[in-house]
Amino acid sequence: MSNLSSDLVVRFENVGLRYGLGPEVLQDIYFELEAGSFHFLTGASGAGKSSLMKLMYMAMRPTRGLISLFGRDVAITSRKDLPNLRRRVGVVFQEYRLLDHLSTFDNVALPLRVADTREAEVRKHVEELLTWVGLENHMKAKPATLSGGQQQRVAIARAIIARPRLLLADEPTGNVDDRMAYRLMHLFEELNRLGTTVVIATHNQQLVERLAHPVLHLDEGHLQLPTKTRGIYQDNDGEDSRPAMPYDPDVLNYL
Amino acid sequence: MISRTDLPLDHDAHARFLPWLIAFMVYLAMLAMAGILVLNNTVTRWDRGISGTLTVQAMPADGSLDVDAKVLQDALAVLASTPGVLNVTLLDRDDTLALVEPWLGDMADESDLPLPRLIDVVIDPDAGIDTEALGRRLAIAAPGVSVDDHRVWLDRLVRLLQTLQWIAFSVVLVIFLVTIGTVIFTTRTGLAIHREAIHVLHLIGAYDSYVARQFASRALWLGLKGGAIGLAFAIPTLLAIGFFAERMQMETMESSGLQLPHYIAIGVLPIIVALIAMLTARTTVLRTLARMP
Repeated sequence: MSNLSSDLVVRFENVGLRYGLGPEVLQDIYFELEAGSFHFLTGASGAGKSSLMKLMYMAMRPTRGLISLFGRDVAITSRKDLPNLRRRVGVVFQEYRLLDHLSTFDNVALPLRVADTREAEVRKHVEELLTWVGLENHMKAKPATLSGGQQQRVAIARAIIARPRLLLADEPTGNVDDRMAYRLMHLFEELNRLGTTVVIATHNQQLVERLAHPVLHLDEGHLQLPTKTRGIYQDNDGEDSRPAMPYDPDVLNYL
Repeated sequence: MISRTDLPLDHDAHARFLPWLIAFMVYLAMLAMAGILVLNNTVTRWDRGISGTLTVQAMPADGSLDVDAKVLQDALAVLASTPGVLNVTLLDRDDTLALVEPWLGDMADESDLPLPRLIDVVIDPDAGIDTEALGRRLAIAAPGVSVDDHRVWLDRLVRLLQTLQWIAFSVVLVIFLVTIGTVIFTTRTGLAIHREAIHVLHLIGAYDSYVARQFASRALWLGLKGGAIGLAFAIPTLLAIGFFAERMQMETMESSGLQLPHYIAIGVLPIIVALIAMLTARTTVLRTLARMP
């Protein structure tokens, strides 16, 4: 633990995961994500992308190995301390996981409300962000009445509303057209530029090629090291690839 | 407090019957509570009314008209040696005749009527004299002498009322327990139904207490609603019972009716039930979630 730099947002060491008594879906995973890095996570269906994401957003604990987030060993983090750790992580779930009975506004407001943010501030930020993702006319709509792409944007808005330090997105552009996909990617990059560490799991090879970010590739539960390194495993070379700009709490105002 | 919830607890079918169940519980609890208070009034009054005095009766032996003086002496000795007895007055024959005159008229003047002699005993109400034991001791020491029945009878009646009070109290307790059990069941069902939403809330960074707050405020609201319904039914019932009791000229109940403090005590019941429902829901959620990974 002592050699963990606080600059490391995610650190997996020898991690394995199995469901029940089944085979290991993830084997010997080792990787580190530096603060401010931007990675794509690719791999065929069933390669373990979602499982890896679940481990990172602490929906599951690994069957073996060490996972630390923000320098904290997740295995020895008590249940009481988990919420604080989770609030630093924004997640766009693959199946969105919006709360059906809540309006677009209330869904996006959730991360702020669970953190006891003042209602006036909640209103201001949520309206601002929903306008930015083009949902200003659907604030009161329930998820069921929204299209797949609109639901996806609600999910993304919910993931970034609390300005997470780590953003995990599982297929965040699967249901939107190319224009919206690039617009959302631009949003992620903007967040990244302001200091948020980003991991995006995607099938969209075109997107991966267009936006030259390092790629973590999963192949049948094994992780291949990044093909384009930029910003990770650079302990000896320095930190030039990291954004110079400090994390700005008012990130949304710049978007 | 109740304005906004992240979980659609209002729409849960299983939670809709909760106010009615609580209403029923509150209704029963209020009747039982009213019973306890009325009985308590009665017991206290009867106990106070009769506890300062005692009448001892000495019957003349068969064939004789008056009570043997030695028997009276023995009885007085027993009474004088009983702790808690403050004063003993032996009524003479004329006093006794005066007492029976309303029933027998002048006939009682005839001296050939065997008349019992009465001993008026003033006792310390706090000494807790066991009248039945005293009666046994008197009967042994002075044959034909007994403690007046009404005292023994009232003693038994007071004990019966006290037992009834305990039963009513147990009923209230059982009602509370059933309410707690129902709220636990409802809350657990709610947790199971909203498992996915709660999981999302957790992943977003909600503490267990955030989830518990939603269930607790809902339970408080449903509890108050149920309590209000129960109250709405219980008040007319109590008034009706009071009305009929009066009409039946039940003298014993005359001044044991409920007064304002009692109505307040009864009126607080729905609020207590609602608070219990809230605390139960909160505890249930926290305990259930703590067992999750």
